[in-house]
Amino acid sequence: MTDILMPALSPTMEEGVLAKWHVKVGDVVSAGDVIAEIETDKATMEVEAVDEGEVTDILVPEGTENVKVNTPIARLKDEGGAAAPKPAAKTEGAPKAEAAPAKAEVPKAAAPAAPKSENGERIFASPLARRIAAQNGVELKSIKGTGPHGRIVKRDVEGAPQTAGKGAAQPAAASTGSAAAATSGIEPRKAQSLAQMGIPDGSYDLIPLDGMRKAVARRMVDSIQNVPHFPLFIDVEIDQLMAVRAKVNKMLEPQGIKVSVNDFVIKAAALALKAVPEANASYTPEGIAMHHNADVSMAVAIDGGLITPIIRKAETKGLAQIATESKDLAKRARERKLKPEEFQGGTFSVSNLGMFGIKQFTSIINEPQGCIMSVGAGEQRAVVKDGQVVAATVMTVTLTCDHRVVDGATGARFLQAFKPLIEDPVAMLA
Amino acid sequence: MAAEFDLVVIGSGPGGYVAAIRASQLGQKVAIVERENLGGICLNWGCIPTKALLKSGEKFESLSHLKEYGLSASGASFDFDAIIQRSRGVAATMNKGIGFLMKKNKIEVIEGSATLEKGPNGASGAPKVVVALKAGGTRAIEAKTVMLAVGARARALPQIGLEADGDKIWAYRDALAPKKLPKTFVVIGSGAIGIEFASFYRALGAEVTVVEAVDRIMPVEDEEVSKAAQKSFEKRGIKFKVGAKVTKVTKSAKGVSVAVEIGGKAETLEAEVCISAVGITANTDGIGLEALGVELDRGHIKTDSHCQTNVKGLYAIGDCAGAPWLAHKASHEGIHAAEHIAGYKTPNVHSPIAGCTYAQPQVASVGVTEQAARAENREVKIGRFPFRVNGKAVAAGEVDGFVKVLFDAKTGALIGAHMIGHEVTEMIQGYVTAITMEATEEDIHGIVYPHPTMSEAMHEAALDAYGRMLHL
Repeated sequence: MTDILMPALSPTMEEGVLAKWHVKVGDVVSAGDVIAEIETDKATMEVEAVDEGEVTDILVPEGTENVKVNTPIARLKDEGGAAAPKPAAKTEGAPKAEAAPAKAEVPKAAAPAAPKSENGERIFASPLARRIAAQNGVELKSIKGTGPHGRIVKRDVEGAPQTAGKGAAQPAAASTGSAAAATSGIEPRKAQSLAQMGIPDGSYDLIPLDGMRKAVARRMVDSIQNVPHFPLFIDVEIDQLMAVRAKVNKMLEPQGIKVSVNDFVIKAAALALKAVPEANASYTPEGIAMHHNADVSMAVAIDGGLITPIIRKAETKGLAQIATESKDLAKRARERKLKPEEFQGGTFSVSNLGMFGIKQFTSIINEPQGCIMSVGAGEQRAVVKDGQVVAATVMTVTLTCDHRVVDGATGARFLQAFKPLIEDPVAMLA
Repeated sequence: MAAEFDLVVIGSGPGGYVAAIRASQLGQKVAIVERENLGGICLNWGCIPTKALLKSGEKFESLSHLKEYGLSASGASFDFDAIIQRSRGVAATMNKGIGFLMKKNKIEVIEGSATLEKGPNGASGAPKVVVALKAGGTRAIEAKTVMLAVGARARALPQIGLEADGDKIWAYRDALAPKKLPKTFVVIGSGAIGIEFASFYRALGAEVTVVEAVDRIMPVEDEEVSKAAQKSFEKRGIKFKVGAKVTKVTKSAKGVSVAVEIGGKAETLEAEVCISAVGITANTDGIGLEALGVELDRGHIKTDSHCQTNVKGLYAIGDCAGAPWLAHKASHEGIHAAEHIAGYKTPNVHSPIAGCTYAQPQVASVGVTEQAARAENREVKIGRFPFRVNGKAVAAGEVDGFVKVLFDAKTGALIGAHMIGHEVTEMIQGYVTAITMEATEEDIHGIVYPHPTMSEAMHEAALDAYGRMLHL
């Protein structure tokens, strides 16, 4: 016997909807046959059989939601007899081929089947509403329809995710790593509990949780509950950085490249991580993972949440390249066009709220990274130098550390390495 | 004193009378005030009688194509008075029908001209309606709610001499019931009204020149449709002056001369009669709106998404409340407003409104044009299909025209459809349904269109947008 397990369609997927079975008990399948369709908040994908055999049991019925990854969903009897259960399904991420002429575009990725609610009742939604919900990662069952007979229509789904953080893709606080790729998450706080807490129904609008919001909620709660956080604060002077930046930008002007303070921070952090590799590490039960490269995640605020695209091997890249990449990543993040590998798997995060005038803040660890850096606003402050009060442009930087892997002294050494690089960017050339 | 009615509707056009019926269905006690004919312009001087004229013109013109169908007849002619009489008869029949509908729905019809005054409850109640009765005297009516459905009339442009006189300068009303058939026309304006009259009078053999200020005819339509329409009309002998600004209309003993400026060059067009079709003016004057402080927006009554004005208890629907100036839009708003008054919680009044022009060929459209989509930087997928390869169209000898559709590239939502050709006004409803029910390309691709029909072109155009066209 071989158990077919619920597959993970992306590295961070935890559960999904078993949208459709293409086989029934008694069918004989061979490797490569499409046996089922799995729906996540983003897409419907097909599951192919890896082994051959006869389907003896369908363990999870069609339309079941929240099926955890690696849950057995069906059972195969091998032709040669019994075998040890093993993962026996692989997924095909590619959209279904369409019986269409070669020039046809293939739009089949997310053909959402008529959705069902938890108790199996059909949810009435217009075709367009179903599609937009699938594209935006909105769960139809969380929405109240305002169309005829309570049918869910476009305006109901569109209203759902478009409320939070409207506007530019600015670096933002507390990052989520693979936010958009994760599926459903922690139980949302229910409306009735608000009523119990004295906030009456009807006194607020309820915005349904989309996939990103759920991922942010779940990952942040997990992190704050399970990771022993502590912050380290340091002030850095950036007068020289501002001067160098002006010079560099003038030089790069013909190429249309503009380097931001944040690009300097990414570069300096990457170099500091190379100098103090213990800070470029992840805690795992098996041991401390010492990362080879400084893959710096930068938190970008987008409509409805945030995402952390990654500057890979930032220690090897020049400022111009970092600036070009970060601009492109932020732009595509806003358009939700990042590929999973572009926002999954960073080793260190930088979150910058300086442009909002935030003086200092403490981010939540973006698991499994060991540290996250929070960058405040650069501002003129009075500092004492050689017994004299003088003006300097000062920026407060906070390093939040996962104490399981980065101890206080390690974090401090990292900041010690970081500070001279940012205060005198010429040092980055050394 | 208790209000005499739950609702008084002022104006019995396709907005007002439909609203009255709906309100009555919902248990309201309703009165409707009409100063002229039940059914308003639509039934009496617009939509319906023009369709009667156009049908006569179309039938007559088709006689010259009999040979193509293997037929012959000789001595074809028409009786202009009889054509007009038929059209008036059709209007009269429909008008009677409305009287019957009012009676059936226990709606009191009050004949006379209404004005509004502050109600007995001041700002907290609906205005009072004072009707100068046709039969003489006045009647003051108090109602819980008042609905304005007072419509619009042809716009006059006195500054350039464009004012209908019923003799040499006609507005739609004059063009619907003339005493004799002129030989030459200048039609000013190439919207639906101008084009329909041009089409009708051309069908009866008149020389017709249409003047349009914008650089293409039927400017609200998709550009491709505009171009195709102009070509088809020119084939029928209608002349066009586009990008032509009318500077002066002068009456003479023989007729009128219309001075135009095209690309800075002056030109004068002579004709027996000039038909003015340069838009409409809302009938918002002389009914006491100013005293009540009713807000207007460029001459039209300002309303919210439930057709409410800024004055409590006062609704406004149809032409007087803004574009598009179409009967079916007025009816839709009337129904919505009646339901809102009755306490229904319908989200808002907006639904896609199709536009139809009943010339030869017909033009019908709904949703956005390609130009509008581009202006909004919307990514679209566009499909087209010509009738000349549609079996039914070929068999019927009606191969002129095409279907064009626009889908939102991201969501696959149908967002626009544009058609030109034989009886496309009867087909557009298929797309209206699709848009209203929020269909995507998948739904339309999956619909089985009956064969052989011209509607198959609607399927093909949708397929074409996704590179899947079958028959071309």
